[in-house]
Amino acid sequence: MNSDYIPFTQEMKKDYTILVPTMLPMHFRMIMSVLSTYGYKMELLDKSGPEIAATGLKYVHNDTCYPAILVIGQFIHALQTGGHDPNKVALIYFQTGGGCRASNYVSLLRKALAKAGYPQVPVISFSFQGIEKHPGFDIGVKELMAVACAVLYGDLLMTLVNQTKPYEVEAGAAQACADKWTQRLGHELGTNSKTALSRLKRNYRAILKDFAAIERVARDTVRVGVVGEIFVKYSPLGNNNLEDFLVREGAEVEVPGLLDFLLYCVYNNVLDYKLYKRISFAAYLGASIAWKYLLHCKHVMINCINEQGVFRAPTPFEHTITLARDCLGIGAKMGEGWLLTSEMLELAESGAENIVCTQPFGCLPNHICGKGMMKPIKDRNPNVNIVAIDYDAGATRVNQENRLKLMLANARRIQQEKREAQQSASA
Amino acid sequence: MANETMLSLGIDIGSTTAKVVLMEGDRILYEKYERHFSQVRQKTLELLEELRPQLTGKRFTAAISGSAGLGMAEAAGISFVQEVYATGEAVRRYEPDTSVVIELGGEDAKVIFFDHGLDERMNGSCAGGTGAFIDQMAVLLNMSVEEMDQASLTHQRLYPIASRCGVFAKSDIQPLLNQGASKADVAASIYQAVVNQTIAGLAQGRKIEGKVMFLGGPLYYCKGLRQRFQQTLKLDDAHAIFPEYARFAVAAGACLYAAHSGESYTIDSITDAIRSSIGKGAAQTNRLRPLFETEADYEAFRLRHSQATVAVEDIARYSNCYSGRAWLGVDCGSTTTKLVLISEDKRILYSYYASNQGNPVERVRAELEKIYALCGDRITICGSAATGYGEDLIRSAFRVDEGLVETIAHYTAARHFRPDVDFILDIGGQDIKCFKIRGGAIDSIMLNEACSSGCGSFIETFARSMGKSVAEFAECGLRAKAPVDLGTRCTVFMNSSVKQSQKDGATIEDISAGLSVSVVKNALYKVIRANSPEELGRNIVVQGGTFLNDAVLRAFEMEMGANVIRPSIAGLMGAYGAALHAMRFEQSSLISPEELKNFRHDAKSAVCNGCTNHCHLTVNLFPGGRKFISGNQCQRGAGAAKADLELPNLHAIKREALSSLKGVPGQHGKIGLPLALGMYELAPLWHAIFTKLGFEVVLSKLSTRQTYERGQFSIPSDTACYPAKIMHGHIEELIDAGVERIFYPCLSYNVDEHAGDNHYNCPVVAYYAELLHGNMERLQEVDFMYPYLSVEDPKKLTATLHRYLNEHGFSFKKGEVREAVRAGFAAYHAHMRRVHEAGEAAIDYARKNGKRIMILAGRPYHADPEIGHGIDKLATSLGFVVVSEDSVCHLEPKQDVHVLNQWTYHSRLYRAARYATEHDDTELVQLVSFGCGLDAITTDEVRAILEGAGKLYTQIKIDEITNLGAVRIRLRSLLGALEERGK
Repeated sequence: MNSDYIPFTQEMKKDYTILVPTMLPMHFRMIMSVLSTYGYKMELLDKSGPEIAATGLKYVHNDTCYPAILVIGQFIHALQTGGHDPNKVALIYFQTGGGCRASNYVSLLRKALAKAGYPQVPVISFSFQGIEKHPGFDIGVKELMAVACAVLYGDLLMTLVNQTKPYEVEAGAAQACADKWTQRLGHELGTNSKTALSRLKRNYRAILKDFAAIERVARDTVRVGVVGEIFVKYSPLGNNNLEDFLVREGAEVEVPGLLDFLLYCVYNNVLDYKLYKRISFAAYLGASIAWKYLLHCKHVMINCINEQGVFRAPTPFEHTITLARDCLGIGAKMGEGWLLTSEMLELAESGAENIVCTQPFGCLPNHICGKGMMKPIKDRNPNVNIVAIDYDAGATRVNQENRLKLMLANARRIQQEKREAQQSASA
Repeated sequence: MANETMLSLGIDIGSTTAKVVLMEGDRILYEKYERHFSQVRQKTLELLEELRPQLTGKRFTAAISGSAGLGMAEAAGISFVQEVYATGEAVRRYEPDTSVVIELGGEDAKVIFFDHGLDERMNGSCAGGTGAFIDQMAVLLNMSVEEMDQASLTHQRLYPIASRCGVFAKSDIQPLLNQGASKADVAASIYQAVVNQTIAGLAQGRKIEGKVMFLGGPLYYCKGLRQRFQQTLKLDDAHAIFPEYARFAVAAGACLYAAHSGESYTIDSITDAIRSSIGKGAAQTNRLRPLFETEADYEAFRLRHSQATVAVEDIARYSNCYSGRAWLGVDCGSTTTKLVLISEDKRILYSYYASNQGNPVERVRAELEKIYALCGDRITICGSAATGYGEDLIRSAFRVDEGLVETIAHYTAARHFRPDVDFILDIGGQDIKCFKIRGGAIDSIMLNEACSSGCGSFIETFARSMGKSVAEFAECGLRAKAPVDLGTRCTVFMNSSVKQSQKDGATIEDISAGLSVSVVKNALYKVIRANSPEELGRNIVVQGGTFLNDAVLRAFEMEMGANVIRPSIAGLMGAYGAALHAMRFEQSSLISPEELKNFRHDAKSAVCNGCTNHCHLTVNLFPGGRKFISGNQCQRGAGAAKADLELPNLHAIKREALSSLKGVPGQHGKIGLPLALGMYELAPLWHAIFTKLGFEVVLSKLSTRQTYERGQFSIPSDTACYPAKIMHGHIEELIDAGVERIFYPCLSYNVDEHAGDNHYNCPVVAYYAELLHGNMERLQEVDFMYPYLSVEDPKKLTATLHRYLNEHGFSFKKGEVREAVRAGFAAYHAHMRRVHEAGEAAIDYARKNGKRIMILAGRPYHADPEIGHGIDKLATSLGFVVVSEDSVCHLEPKQDVHVLNQWTYHSRLYRAARYATEHDDTELVQLVSFGCGLDAITTDEVRAILEGAGKLYTQIKIDEITNLGAVRIRLRSLLGALEERGK
């Protein structure tokens, strides 16, 4: 790593605008409200459209993964057209360490900025490992707790929207409810970082109540889970609005939450110590505490959902971990690693046997943990119906949708056969 | 059910054809199959009109299927059924005892397994090319599809052709043709590639057996293709079913679907629905700026470019204008053959530019005959030179005086044209070549890879499929109002983008212009990777046949925002440069007019026995005992002097070192180590450890093409790299060798050489064992050991290995394991030391003997003969001493780079590159496996290190493509550029 990156200084914090790429709009909006209360001026980039990929292709090696092309394209496009003063703007990018090439996104972004004529723009690399130091962007434990809460709220809202949307009587009601809460919670987290568990619980219950009140009708849907590389799994820009497409086709979508990915990252550190003794005992201790705390937060959420009894609760993460073990070792920790396999198994177990496995074209970890695990997963769950979809600047939407349609047709057939089997069993 | 409702209509619109079937219950009343030329809705209406007499006054249910039918079904509000699902419905109804269905369409391939749980599969995005691919290949062979099919049935042998995708296959086919392979053999090999691609890409470990049904247009029409499938899958006639309704299975399935879920229509209501859908539906294609806003813009553009001309004195037209000496240049390109005859004052006396129609020798012969007739006694040919893919073939066929690599030919021509040229971009039929010129010498060369190829020839094939010549098609593009954005990835993707745009109603003008823009963007962003004209230079010359297309030229100028020079002879520059180069000859050895009259050309195939590789050779025989041999990986097959092969070659030394690891019988039986991926580096370590622990170590052999084929059936991800895919074959080999265990560990981290920020393995090397375990059923026959271990230091390895072995049922004492690990690391370090010493010795040898040094850099496994395709031997035959990245990197400290330097193998690349920058006699050539995501990062960085110090950067992308034609050109270009610089 070269050490001559431009740090984000205390000075810059005063009047720089920090641009944030979009992945999960609800989560990110809340996270931004949290950070803005600590004096950061932030702006979420929500521009989509073909010019984003086109800009990315111009400044990034075209064989690089699609998420990098999109995110970097989005940044540079914003610098070129967004009316920002390039001397008063910074970018932030979340950096995961690890053996996947995704750990190099920040380097690629810096190279692209230099190429596009913005070498002066600082890039804040935001990572849990503290890969770089940025004195003006100092996130402490308190802030991190608030960010974790935003993720928890975001996951709950996402789950509820997914479970409500296909059945809502008034189109858009579920999203409107989620938007209302996003704003309210963002404000609440932002004004004084209220992250006490009791408050979380109270908010969970209120949200659940609100969603339960949305008028719904029974519709014949098939449950479809979405897993994959984190960006194309979540970002509508990355996956050609996959969720909307699936809902239109009569599916109830199920997407494992962002917290699971955080838990996965933390747990890998714990494992690194256990398997290889690679990190210090102190770091191991820190990771263990974070791990236990986040797990507990998720439990609270699950309990609240079950206590109300209207919606399906997500799977406890301790259980998710055990699922992959049957297929592959949980030392496979690059990219989405074992989590990807686990999530497919988790979906199958929870009844969402139809799965879209999304990945950028040529994603290395997904060769192993995605496509490479489909056979063992199918061997264990003959009814599971997985389709792997590659996302890429050159892939056509028709090809993607045609494959999704095949998965959906089979989903309906399997559902029909099951019903017939049940009927003949009860008859 | 009432009789009337028994009628059902199925419409299947594939990527190239439209099919309709009318059924009454289970009985087919009517069927029709036609190409739709992307006029989906009009063609459907036509087909329905033909059905009108049978449907008038009746009600029927209807459903649409097929990839191109989706948009129409949505816009017209007619039920849609996915085509694979429809096929499944039809087969379950008509042939319930079917085990597997293989269906090939125009663009998609599908496989359905019926036994043990229904499993329906379609090819992935990077495996395009089935029916459309066969069509394209027929064009390449200059045959109709029927002729190609007939020819294939008489084949004598099969050539290995890359089956990853159509573009890759083409890179193997084109040189075969140029080297004189028989069309029958090539045709059959093309079919075999389709078969391999289908099986490897779709079966993914599931066996295709039982009763197999073959469906779809290509399998209905192409008997040769059927034959290849049947033989490859070892199916007898009772188990390979080619039904009469092969083309209509999807449409029939749509009928069955319609019968229970479709709505009811009359002929008028359905045609109305379709008619009203025309122009409806969301367009999914993006549009770009037109090439010319006004007619005046175009005129100005034309005027500007009409100034760059070469004086011509056409001897074909003016029979007695010139007499004296002349020189001939022949450029035998991948798809076109060009000839130029020039006079003493470098005027063009005669020129020829045409497609080589799959037989360049014949083209050149006919042209030579004409030239001799025109020359008569007045003009004497004093020298000749050949260049291009077919250079060697043409040289030996016609005794051409010299051959020169095409980059040098092009530069010679451009320099003549514009002495101060500093950037040349040449876009030909297959290749994009760019050179920067600094101080009168080639400063850097960039050539495209398979994934950015097929530029010019794609436009040509496409123009032809629209019934237009290239010139007419280009003309169209100039008038485009809103060019379509077709993306840049590769021509396979472009093909489907074109289809998509047609469905969205794009005009031929918009498509033509869009293709031109895509070709240019491909060159700019994938090959050159430049952002501004300043980066390219001030005096840009563009050339190559593709630039004769004004639309491409304009697109380039627009994209770069700069004006460039296009010589009027843009397509002839290679031949012109060759002719200029030949002017140094006084007397030519070229075949005489008399000899030409008796010219004969025979080609036969043979197998080389020069080494264990057993290359398949094509031997071309010409009168006078001249022969030209091709297909050989090294020069031995072509009868080269042995001395060149004896130059130090670190890749060969490493191979020998690994092959010499032998096992000794031990109390714990045989343990197999697959010699692939990370094992290429760590075999000495594991070999010593397991030998010490009392296992008999069996190492699999160096790979061959057969190794790959042996294991290709269980590969789940067709876009993984070749070094990973070949692993499956090594496992098969070890199981067949009767080992009791196979060991290939999961290693997140590699050995720490303290030369980077971290020392990871790439995800594929790290965890491929997991994939093998999940996908290779035969691994259940052995004890497959794939623990997560740490090789960072002996202590960690001892701890992790000891724990694993004892959990695995052994009872080793910790001390025993510690001892073994100690021996392992000693062996590993000794091995690496030998590699380092051999590297230094090779460098010494080169310096003492005045040889150039090539660091053939990649990963340890690139030394494998099948993965590296013998590029190391090719390099030594060109006079380079070959060293590897891991044999010189120890000479440099840790590098400060602009990326996260966190992979052990990759950090060696940066150090090796630094070494090259510090030594004038050392060049670095980077080998990159297709699909290697990490190399998207390393290549830019290695290039930056080299170019920052004024060195040439050469990248060679390798996959299963076996033909070294393109690689030869790269290496010879490098050599040519070095020689130019040395002047």
